[in-house]
Amino acid sequence: MAKLKSFTNGVLRENPVLVLVLGLCPLLAVSNTAINALGMGIATIFVLTLSSTVVSLCRKVIPEDIRIPIFVIIISTFVTIADYFMAAYFPPLHRSLGVFIPLIVVNCIILARAEAFAYRNSLIDSFLDALGMGLGFILVIVTIGIIREVLGNGTIFGSSRFIFHPALIMVFPPGAYLTIGFLMGILNWWKNRRK
Amino acid sequence: MDEVSLFGIFISALLINNIILMRFLGLCSFFGVSRQMEVSLGMSMAVIFVMTISSAVTWILYHAFLLPLNVEFLKISTFILVIASLVQLEELFLKRHIPHLYRALGIYLPLVTTNCAILAVAFLHVDYNYAFIQTVIYALGVSLGYTVAIMLFTGIRIRLEIAPIPEPLKGYPTAFFIAALMSLAFLGFKGLFGL
Repeated sequence: MAKLKSFTNGVLRENPVLVLVLGLCPLLAVSNTAINALGMGIATIFVLTLSSTVVSLCRKVIPEDIRIPIFVIIISTFVTIADYFMAAYFPPLHRSLGVFIPLIVVNCIILARAEAFAYRNSLIDSFLDALGMGLGFILVIVTIGIIREVLGNGTIFGSSRFIFHPALIMVFPPGAYLTIGFLMGILNWWKNRRK
Repeated sequence: MDEVSLFGIFISALLINNIILMRFLGLCSFFGVSRQMEVSLGMSMAVIFVMTISSAVTWILYHAFLLPLNVEFLKISTFILVIASLVQLEELFLKRHIPHLYRALGIYLPLVTTNCAILAVAFLHVDYNYAFIQTVIYALGVSLGYTVAIMLFTGIRIRLEIAPIPEPLKGYPTAFFIAALMSLAFLGFKGLFGL
């Protein structure tokens, strides 16, 4: 039961994006289409779970004083792997995500989970926690990606268009801010109503 | 890249590709510290200072060591470590030699390390293949763009504190709407000076 809790925690109750407001930059920057959003989400969950697992595995040998630089090196190793893997197998996706792939290094969600959870908990728990947090991130980024692509381009995952005269503004930067503002507002309204 | 003038690089970084409103970088600090005018000003000064120096240092590092040694794949790990230690060094230097500047920037310097805009500029000048002087001008333009955006944003946000806003939209959702409108306004700079 405790295991299940550390998994579901990140998906809903402590959703890293909507509740903790972490990792905004990639969330808004690459959610202009659903495909980009999904690619970013998968890259993030890959780096997040592997680095949390490794941090948890090495937590007994990492000295407390220099733990942050060590976390950063572990994270940046996995980011480099993800970067080169995408460049080799998905070049168009790699091009459209651009500088935001190396920037996964400074995604606050990953360092925050390494520091706040993986450094203090067992291997299985850390893995499940990272997986839950990663799924929470994917859920939000893909939702925003789908909303923006449908309203701004009239397509989903690049399929043939079904809305004519879409509002192009949703694909441009202002659309990202509007979408997340409305999502958070709806979440707040729903929470207040349940109380 | 020679045909792009220094002025063009500067204006493009400052207004057209404004780092916050158009490129979505450095959002955590943007939304985090923009509640008071003095705090925003202090943060922007720290960003200008650190970004200009760190992009110059990473340029030298990349072109003098990583490229000749054929180890470009280490750039993610190198840049993040260099920037983190550079901030520490700058803090020590200021404390020792320019104490009044240290007192003004003091608490903001460590926060700058986690500002993804700093790291992004380091990757972007590599992507754009800028020469040294172009890199410095670019970093200056980006950080001044950060300053312009955060000062305007803080001004609007302070005024809206006293406005009658529906309960669920208070706080972050409103902040996102303000950012959306500002970003819409900055979209108007597209095409300025034929850029």
